[in-house]
Amino acid sequence: MRYDSLLDAVGGTPLVGLPRLSPGPDTRLWAKLEDRNPTGSVKDRAAFWMIAAAEKDGLLSPGTTILEPTSGNTGISLAMIARVRGYRLVCVMPENTSAERTQLLEMYGASIIYSPAAGGSNEAVRVAKRLAAENPDWVMLYQYGNEANARAHYETTGPELLADLPEITHFVAGLGTTGTLMGTGRYLREHVPGVQIVAAEPRYGELVYGLRNMDEGFVPELYDASVLTSRFSVSAADALRRTRQLVQEEGIFAGISAGCVLHAGLALAAKAKAAGRPADIALLIADGGWKYLSTGAYGGSLAEAEARLEGELWA
Amino acid sequence: MAIEVRIPAILRGLTGGEKSVEGSGETLDALIADLDSRHVGLRDRLVDDAGLRRFVNVYLNDEDVRFLGGLAAPVSDGDTVTVLPAVAGGMS
Repeated sequence: MRYDSLLDAVGGTPLVGLPRLSPGPDTRLWAKLEDRNPTGSVKDRAAFWMIAAAEKDGLLSPGTTILEPTSGNTGISLAMIARVRGYRLVCVMPENTSAERTQLLEMYGASIIYSPAAGGSNEAVRVAKRLAAENPDWVMLYQYGNEANARAHYETTGPELLADLPEITHFVAGLGTTGTLMGTGRYLREHVPGVQIVAAEPRYGELVYGLRNMDEGFVPELYDASVLTSRFSVSAADALRRTRQLVQEEGIFAGISAGCVLHAGLALAAKAKAAGRPADIALLIADGGWKYLSTGAYGGSLAEAEARLEGELWA
Repeated sequence: MAIEVRIPAILRGLTGGEKSVEGSGETLDALIADLDSRHVGLRDRLVDDAGLRRFVNVYLNDEDVRFLGGLAAPVSDGDTVTVLPAVAGGMS
């Protein structure tokens, strides 16, 4: 397939069957491989659409500094696009993210400001909002509240899934900014009666929930619970086990969030099979495993891998 | 048998430092009321007039109770309930 430039190659990712993990011919699991995007994650879609919207609104010109709180993937996507389009990028990232993310961001020329590990992404959001107030000429795209993030999925991910899998019964993705689930979910609900839109979110170690009080909690502005039909919390142990199962049984080397999504997907598949209902369950595989090798997620015993992830933002 | 309730670090001041406590009830609401009788003040930290507080997430056997009926969600012996503060998600 031929494209005029790398940015024209965002989206259009393959949907592949998971015949070994699927419970049977009437209960099938499918994986949408978002690692096949230009920088290797689903975030290329949101980053491209957010920058395109800001350009259209006249917010960006050559040399403009873009600011973004990110745990990695969005930053890497923005860094690539900023490099190609001639913008500067400042990322605010929690210090407890994998080493590969820092290396990739620096390679693309982004500057990184670290936020404290305790509090996870909440702290990154807080620091970024402060920096935005201090630097009024910087442009914060703010993926947690930017409508173009969800719209990217309404315009691309949703239609791609429906075209490839018209019989879709369930869509499962990680929660994160909620952009993927909100955009894809709205599109599918408009076109597929009864479709289930399911969130799988990682359950982290205590450090990540290290808030001083409940009022410091955070719900992304994009989140609309009415788009979802259910929401699962997945432990590190289950996510790791499923991530390895994806490699061992289907040959798919994915990031750890894919293990979360697979865990929820298998639960839905088992439920559908027990009820005698046919199911075609699409799982969004957000990225490949490369950026997580240094976390030790793929080697040694599961217990060792789980211990290494304690306190990390692993998905 | 009883229902195990996992408490986040931020609320353990109310459970004498315990990471998990046990309670009983037919619904989540009744379970929280039962816990509040021994861990006074817990209910107020989880629930307000509108239901579960905005930054409180409660999972029944790993599923968000807001999609299972909220405070009216039925619970039974052997279930595990996990309370967590809402935080910005990963993969972002």
